[in-house]
Amino acid sequence: MTTPAELIIVAVILLNLSLAATGSLAGCIRLAAAQGVIAALLPLLAGCGVPVGTLAFCGAVILLKGAVFPWLLTRARIKANVRKDAEPVIGYPASIILCLGAFAASSWLGARLPLPETARVAWIVPASLSTIFTGFLLLTTRAKAITQVLGYLVIENGIYIFGLALFVEQPLMVEMAILLDVFVAVFVMGITIFHISREFDHIDTAELSALRDWEPGPDSSGGIRRDEV
Amino acid sequence: MTKPLIQYFLALLLAPLLPGIINRVKAFFGGRRGVPLFQLYFDLYKLARKVPVYSRTTTWLFRFGPVAGLAAMLCALMIVPFGGRPSFLSFEGDLILLVYLLGLARFTTVLAALDTGSGFEGMGASREAQFAVFAEPAFFLALAALARGGGGLSLSGIFSNLTPAAWLTASPILTLVTASLFIVFLAENSRVPVDDPNTHLELTMIHEVMVLDHSGPDLAFIFYGAALKLWTLGALIACVILPRHSGSWLVDSGAFVLAMFALAAAVGVVESVMGRLRLLKVPHLLMTALTFSILALIFQAGR
Amino acid sequence: MLLAVVSVCVLISGAALALGLGRDPRRSSAAGAGGAVLASLIGLIPTVKILLVPAKETLSFPCSLPIGSFTLALDPLAAVFLLPVFVLTAAAAVYGLDYLKPLAGKKPLGLVWAMFNLLSASMVIVLLSADAVPFLIGWEAMAASSFALVVFEHGKPQVRKAGLIYLAAGGFGALFLLFMFALLGASSGSMAFSALTRPAGALASAAFLCAAAGFGLKAGFIPLHIWLPEAHPAAPSHVSAVMSGVMIKMGIYGLLRVLAILGAPLAWWGGLLVGVGAVSSVTGVLFALAQHDLKRLLAWSSIENIGIITMGIGLGVLGQAWHIPSLAALGYGGALLHVVNHAFFKGLLFMSAGSVLHAAGTAELEALGGLLKKMPYTAFFFFFGSAAACALPPLNGFTGEFLIYLGAFKNIGASSPAAFPALLVITSLAATGALAAAAFAKAGGSVFLGEPRANRFEQSHDAGPMMKAAMGALAAGCAVLGLCSPFLLKPLAGAVTPLTAAFPPAEAGASMFYISAGALTLIALLIFAWALRRALSRGLPPVRGVTWDCGYADPAARMQYGASAFTQPLTDFFQPLLHKTRSYPVIAEYFPGTASFSTEARAVFYTHLYSPAGAQLRRLAFRYTWLQHGRLQFYILYIVIALIALLVWKL
Repeated sequence: MTTPAELIIVAVILLNLSLAATGSLAGCIRLAAAQGVIAALLPLLAGCGVPVGTLAFCGAVILLKGAVFPWLLTRARIKANVRKDAEPVIGYPASIILCLGAFAASSWLGARLPLPETARVAWIVPASLSTIFTGFLLLTTRAKAITQVLGYLVIENGIYIFGLALFVEQPLMVEMAILLDVFVAVFVMGITIFHISREFDHIDTAELSALRDWEPGPDSSGGIRRDEV
Repeated sequence: MTKPLIQYFLALLLAPLLPGIINRVKAFFGGRRGVPLFQLYFDLYKLARKVPVYSRTTTWLFRFGPVAGLAAMLCALMIVPFGGRPSFLSFEGDLILLVYLLGLARFTTVLAALDTGSGFEGMGASREAQFAVFAEPAFFLALAALARGGGGLSLSGIFSNLTPAAWLTASPILTLVTASLFIVFLAENSRVPVDDPNTHLELTMIHEVMVLDHSGPDLAFIFYGAALKLWTLGALIACVILPRHSGSWLVDSGAFVLAMFALAAAVGVVESVMGRLRLLKVPHLLMTALTFSILALIFQAGR
Repeated sequence: MLLAVVSVCVLISGAALALGLGRDPRRSSAAGAGGAVLASLIGLIPTVKILLVPAKETLSFPCSLPIGSFTLALDPLAAVFLLPVFVLTAAAAVYGLDYLKPLAGKKPLGLVWAMFNLLSASMVIVLLSADAVPFLIGWEAMAASSFALVVFEHGKPQVRKAGLIYLAAGGFGALFLLFMFALLGASSGSMAFSALTRPAGALASAAFLCAAAGFGLKAGFIPLHIWLPEAHPAAPSHVSAVMSGVMIKMGIYGLLRVLAILGAPLAWWGGLLVGVGAVSSVTGVLFALAQHDLKRLLAWSSIENIGIITMGIGLGVLGQAWHIPSLAALGYGGALLHVVNHAFFKGLLFMSAGSVLHAAGTAELEALGGLLKKMPYTAFFFFFGSAAACALPPLNGFTGEFLIYLGAFKNIGASSPAAFPALLVITSLAATGALAAAAFAKAGGSVFLGEPRANRFEQSHDAGPMMKAAMGALAAGCAVLGLCSPFLLKPLAGAVTPLTAAFPPAEAGASMFYISAGALTLIALLIFAWALRRALSRGLPPVRGVTWDCGYADPAARMQYGASAFTQPLTDFFQPLLHKTRSYPVIAEYFPGTASFSTEARAVFYTHLYSPAGAQLRRLAFRYTWLQHGRLQFYILYIVIALIALLVWKL
C-alpha cells in the first residue's frame, strides 16, 4: 500500500528535477516554495499521532516557506528588476542527468549509511540527500544571486527531510535552529541583492567577479576563424 | 486461435477510428462541428483508388517506404496484447522485436523522404531521426520498469501480471511509467506538443512533411500505418491503466476498446489545451520521459 | 584440422605466387585471388564440421620454437571466428579482382595481393594457435601485413600518419600481450594454452587488464581506438572489409580465449567490460554520425559494434562471476553471434562503399547524391547492409543484439545483482540502435538518394560483375543468418563451452524460434503489402512530375538537405562530447566574394588525450638525448655494460 508519506517523497524528488530543469526565476521560486510546503507536511503523516506542538510547528514552517520566503524573494526579484531566465551555466539535459545521477547515488548511499532504524518511510534518506544536491546544483550552476538564495532554501528543505529521517524524536529542535539561520540569510540576501542591483544595475554573479583587475585580451580579426560551435 | 484472430482484425478495423475521435474532441473544444468520425475511412477509400504522382527524382525506395512501413506496423500489431490477452506473436522478449519493428518503419519512412531530394522532406527526416534517439531509450526503460514488476518478458505476460492491487501498492511507479509512455506515444505519433498534424507551415512539420510527396495508394498506406501505430502504442498505455481482468473475453475486450477510445479523447484534450513546443525543446520533453522511466526503475529497485 | 593447415599453406603460396608474378598484374591478381578463394573453400570444410559436431582437434608439429611449441588446435570457439574469416577472405578476393583492375600498372598489385593473402593466413594462424608463441607470431604477421595494406596510398600525408599511428598502436598492444603471457605462463614452464594457468591473487586481475588493453587496442575499445578510424578508410576497400569485418575481431577472440584460461572471473572485470562496451558503442556511433566520409563513418560504426560485442562479453563475465548461468550464456552467445553477423554486414557495407569510391572517385558525403539511379545494385546492397547494421528485423544484425537484450532484460529484477549493468546495457543498446539508424539514413540518403550534388558523376557506373557477386553473396549471408537464427544456437553452444556450459537456455531457443517466425511473417506481410499496392494501381501508369517543394517549381540539387544538415540537430546536442569545429571566413568588406563553411568532428581523443600525453613523453625523452649522441663506440660500450650487468645479475 502506498502511504501518503511515500507520495510526498516522490513529489519532493520530482520537484527536485523540475527545479533543476526550470528556466524561469519565478517558476523556481514557486517550485522551491511548493517543495518546502510539501516537506513540511511530512511530520504530520510520518508519525503515528499528531501532537499539538507538531501541528503548530508545521503551520509555522508552511507559513514561512510557503508565503514569507516566496514573498521576500519575489519582492527582491521585482525590485532588482530581474525578470529574465535563471541563466543556467549548464543546459537542461546536463542538469537533469546530474540530478538523476545524484538521486541514483543517494539511493546507493542511503542503503549503506548506518542509520538508526527510525526511517520508516521508504526513500526518505535518498530524497533528502538528492534535495541537498539539487540545492548545491542551483548554487553552483546559476548565474543570478537570487537563485543562489534559492539554492540555500532547497538545501534547507533537504536537511529538514534528513532531520526527519534521523531524529524522529527530536527533529523539530534541529529544524528550528536551521530555519532561523536560513530566515536571517534570506532576509540579508534580499536586502543585499536589492542594494547591489541598485549600485551595479545587475545581479549577475559572473559580472561581479569582473570587478577584480583583469583586462580582456585583444580580439583577433580577419582570416579564417575556427571555433567550437 | 480464433480469439487472437478476432482481436487482430478488430484492431485493424477500429484503428482508423482513433484519429477521428481525436478530431471530434478537438472540434468540440474549438466549438466546431468537425469532420465526420469516419473521415479516415473515407479518405483511405478515396486515396486507394487514385493514380499516384511520382517525382522524377524518386526511385523504387520511395515506393518501398510506405509498403515496408505498413508491413512493419501490421507485424507489430501482432505482438501487442489486446486488453491484456496475448496475440499471435507473444514470446519471451517480444517487446524487443516490437521496438525494432517500429524502428524499421521509421527507417524506411526516413529513406523514402530523403529519396525525393526535397529540402523540406530532408528536414522532417532529420527531426524524426533525432527524436527517435531520445524516445527509444525512454520507451525501452519504461517497458523495463514494467517488466521488473514480474510476469516475464512478453508483453502479455507483463500485462496479465498487472492487477488493480499493483496500482494500490505501486502507484507512483505506474504513474511515472504511464506518463513516460504517454509522452513517447505523443512523440512517436507526431501529436501536439511534439508535432502538430494540422499545421500548414512545412518548415515546422515533422511527420507530415516527410510524406509530402506521397500520393494515392502510397499515402493511404501511410495514413493507415499511422493509425495502426497510434493503436499499437496506445494499446500499451491502455493495458497499464486498465489492469482489471474479469475473466470474460467479451467484457475485457469491450473495456479495452473503450479505454482506447478514452485515450484518443485524452489526446484530443491535450491537443486542444496545449500549444506545440519549440523544436529545440522537444528533446527536453523526451528527456523528461526518459527521466520518468529511470525514476520508476529506481523506485522499483527499493521495493 | 589438416585441411585448415592446408588452407594456410595455400594462402601463403598464393601470396608467394602473386609476388613472383608481380610483373604481370593480371596473372598475379589471378594467382592471389585464386589462392585466397581456394584456401577459403578448403578451410570452410573443417570449420563447418567443427561447428556442427563440436570437438577439439589438435595438431602438433615436431619442430620446436624458442620457449614454445608449434601446436595448433581447432575448437568451436575458434571455428566461430574462422567462419567469417574464410567467408570474407573469399568474398573480398573476388571483389578485389574488379576493384583493383583500374590500378593495374600504376600500383604494385602483386604486393597488394601477397599482403592480402598473408593477412588472411596470419589471422587463421592466430585462431588455430594453441600456444602463445605461434599466436604471437601470427599476431605480429597480421599487424605487419595489414600495415602494408593501410599505407597502400602512401603518397598522401594523412595515410602515412594513419600508418604511423597504426604501427604504434600495434606495438603497444603486442607489449601488453607479452606481459600477459608472461604472467599466465609464470608458474608452468610451457607456453601452450593448455598449460597456462591463472596467476594467484591480484596478478590475475593484472593479467586481465593486460589482456583488455592489448586485445582492446586491436579491437578498438574507446579510448584505445584512435588508430581505427584513420587506418580502415586508408586501405583499399576490400581490405577495409576484411579489417573491419574480421581483423579487429581477433582482439575479441583473444580476450575470450584469455578469459577461458583465467576462469572464475571477478565481478569488476565484467563491470569494466560493460562500461567500456557502453562507452564504445554510444560514442562510436555518435562519431559515426558526425563523419562526412563514407568509409570513416563505417569505421566508426565498427567501433560501435565492437562496443556491443564487448557489452555482451561483459554481461557474460558478470553472469559467471555471480553464478547466473542464463546471463553468462546469453551474454557470451549474443556477443559471438554478433561477431559473425557484424562480419557479414560490415563487409557488405565496406564493399558497397568501395564501389561508390570506385565509380565516383570520392566517398565525401556532401559531394555525392542520386547515385541509386547510376548504381542500383550497389545502392540496394548498401541499404540492405544498413538495415542489418541498424539491427532491423528480419536481417541478421537483430539476432545477436536480441540475445544480449534478452540476457539483460532477464536480470533487471531487483533481486538480481546485475540489475544496474543490465539497465546500462539496455539503455546503451537502445540509444545506439536509434543513433545508428540516423547515421546510416544520413549515409545512404546523401550518397544514393535525391539528385547528384555535382554533375561530375555522369560517368559513374555500377560495380563490376565480380564486385556484385561478392556483395550478393554477403547480402545472402545476412538474410540467411537472420532467418535461420534458431539453428545457430547449437553451434554457438559448442563455442561458449570453454566459458560457460549453460548455453543455450531453454527460453532462448523458443524466443529465437519466434524471432524467425516473426521475420518470416514480416517478409510475408511485405509481399502482401507490395501485392496490394500493385493491385490498387490496376496497371495504370503513375504520373511523373517534379518533387513537390512546397510550391517551388524549380528545385535544384543544391537545395537538398545535406549530410551535415541532416545530423546537425543531433551533433549539436552532443557537442560537448564531439567537439565539432567549424571554419568560415570572417567577413571584412562590404561585398564579400566567395564564402565557405565547413564543420569537422575532430579526433577528440587524439587531440585531447594522446597528443598532450605524447608531447609530455617527448619532453621527457629530450632530457635524455645526451645518451643518444651518435658515437658508435659509446653505443658498443652501452651494450657491453648491459651484458656485464645481466651477467652479474644472473650470477
